[in-house]
Amino acid sequence: MSSKSKEFLYKHLSGKRKSDKLFRNIVIAAAAYTILMVLLVVYSVVQGSSEIFSFEGLGFLTGTDWNAVEGRESFGAFPYIIGTLVSAAIAMAIGVPISLGIAIFVSEMSPARLATPLSFVIELLAAVPSIIYGLWALFVFRFWIRDLIELPLYNTFHGTIPLFAKYPFGLDVFTTGIVLAIMIIPIVSSIFREVMKVVPNSQREAAYSLGATRWETVRIAILPYARSGILGAAILGLGRAVGETMLVTLIIGNVTGAAAIPTSLFSQSQTLASLIANEFNEASSDLHLSALIGLGAVLLMLTLAINIGAQILVKKTVKVPTGGGIE
Amino acid sequence: MTSPKAPDYRNVIQEQMRRNLRKRMMINNLISVYAIVCIAAAIIPLGSILIEVVKNGAGVLSFDFLTQPQGSIGSGKGGIGPAIQGTLIVVGLASAIAAPVGILAGIYLSEFGGNGIFSYAVRFLNDILTGLPSIVIGIVGYVTIVLLLGSFSVTAGALALSIIMIPIVVRVTEETLKIVPHSLREGGYALGISKAKITLFIVLMSAKSGVLTGIVLGIARIAGETAPLIMTILGTSLFFSTFTGPVDALPLRIWRLASQPYESAHSFGWGAALVLILLVLGLNVGLRLLAYKKGFQIKAEV
Repeated sequence: MSSKSKEFLYKHLSGKRKSDKLFRNIVIAAAAYTILMVLLVVYSVVQGSSEIFSFEGLGFLTGTDWNAVEGRESFGAFPYIIGTLVSAAIAMAIGVPISLGIAIFVSEMSPARLATPLSFVIELLAAVPSIIYGLWALFVFRFWIRDLIELPLYNTFHGTIPLFAKYPFGLDVFTTGIVLAIMIIPIVSSIFREVMKVVPNSQREAAYSLGATRWETVRIAILPYARSGILGAAILGLGRAVGETMLVTLIIGNVTGAAAIPTSLFSQSQTLASLIANEFNEASSDLHLSALIGLGAVLLMLTLAINIGAQILVKKTVKVPTGGGIE
Repeated sequence: MTSPKAPDYRNVIQEQMRRNLRKRMMINNLISVYAIVCIAAAIIPLGSILIEVVKNGAGVLSFDFLTQPQGSIGSGKGGIGPAIQGTLIVVGLASAIAAPVGILAGIYLSEFGGNGIFSYAVRFLNDILTGLPSIVIGIVGYVTIVLLLGSFSVTAGALALSIIMIPIVVRVTEETLKIVPHSLREGGYALGISKAKITLFIVLMSAKSGVLTGIVLGIARIAGETAPLIMTILGTSLFFSTFTGPVDALPLRIWRLASQPYESAHSFGWGAALVLILLVLGLNVGLRLLAYKKGFQIKAEV
């Protein structure tokens, strides 16, 4: 073979064509673009909040004042960090056990004919925009909570247990926590289900062959096997609850300053995200805006830590797709 | 010869086991009841939301409501025309950025990247991007575009929403391309077709329904986003005029209407919610039914 034809074959058969190189560069550029977006998020938040951090220093994290009046500016994120954590904790305390029940029912108990439509309905819940949850919670659900749970608790315990000491209006951290729970249940329960699905059938069969009941099978064969995945899914749900904005803005009561630190379950409060949404368009100065973006910086740190932890835990058990993946 | 005094072990053990079994079955049944209660706890809110939105929203729906700009505050006149138009524009622009970038990045991960450090980083950061609160992503639109232009703008909203949509498309594309059988690619190579053409015309085409699913899911997701729009497009009661000025959007309009102290504003809010939920759930239900017919399963969004 002449060297010319050899060169030709080499060029055309070993994937070194010009069009291939171009295409390869295009897809690499697209992949790099997604990385760039993450960097852009970090850059924007750092850039936008630099003014408040140079004004308040780290005191921004521990301060409780929130005063935008010119000449007396003082901003502290502490009450909203607490508000965020408390409402998310209530959401987890209610949402995770319910999600676990749903996942156990759908993946271990219900007949297949029922499981498919059930998971369909629960996934629809995940698709409802959070602003609609908020609208429903503000005009409908908060009255259920107030009349069915909060008022009875208040009437029975307000003298004895400080958690129930405040007269409830339905716009408080407790209601917020419950609605957040409703919002994270479909997400958390569907990852629970994915995680339980990868538990090999031999685990189940071994337990059943020892005469275990269905619950005992779940308890001794499935939950321990899926442990880290379940923990990871719960933490992903926590990330969602911490970052949720619109429905919180509508029902948490929106107080600022030290009053936003909840003293009872029925206290009004404020989260990092809800305060940003509430004041962003009314910000009176650059410093005020920067303080709001500073809240975003705190929120970013919080959710980054939560998400990285969750990803590591979930991937230990199963590779769960994080988009709307397809099997 | 058995001793007459030996106790009847068999009966004792059997009695013990019976009692034990009864207890175990009772716990099992209790857990079953608990699981069913959990299912109800998830379904009742969905039912209530749908009922309330239809009940309160259906009354205000009319041609004028869908096409007219808002009347003066509290008057109960006009409609949500600009909000519908704005949602279509912002979501359209965002998907015009996110769909190609997401598909190409998904192609990289599935066909080119392998398991190298760069593709690991892309996957990891995409997962992180999915988990970031949308209000933080709104800050990007504000700091990079709104401050630069000196005005709230459609483009800032589109940028922010595209950042939310990209990781969804990337993930779905990668997952879908990965299940395309290798024999299809090998067939292409055997014919001497270039890798670019194999990827675009054989692999991507045979996975197109899956990729489209990802795009539609992403659109349904960003159509309902509110928080990033507060800091990017602002909202206005006027129709769209320029790419460097504010526009309205459905979720944003719902929020503003719900915050007003007027009965008429609230019913407009419900009407806008009905339009939004029809759009979002329509896309979702349609997709899932189609997917169910075609035999592939859509995994939950995370």
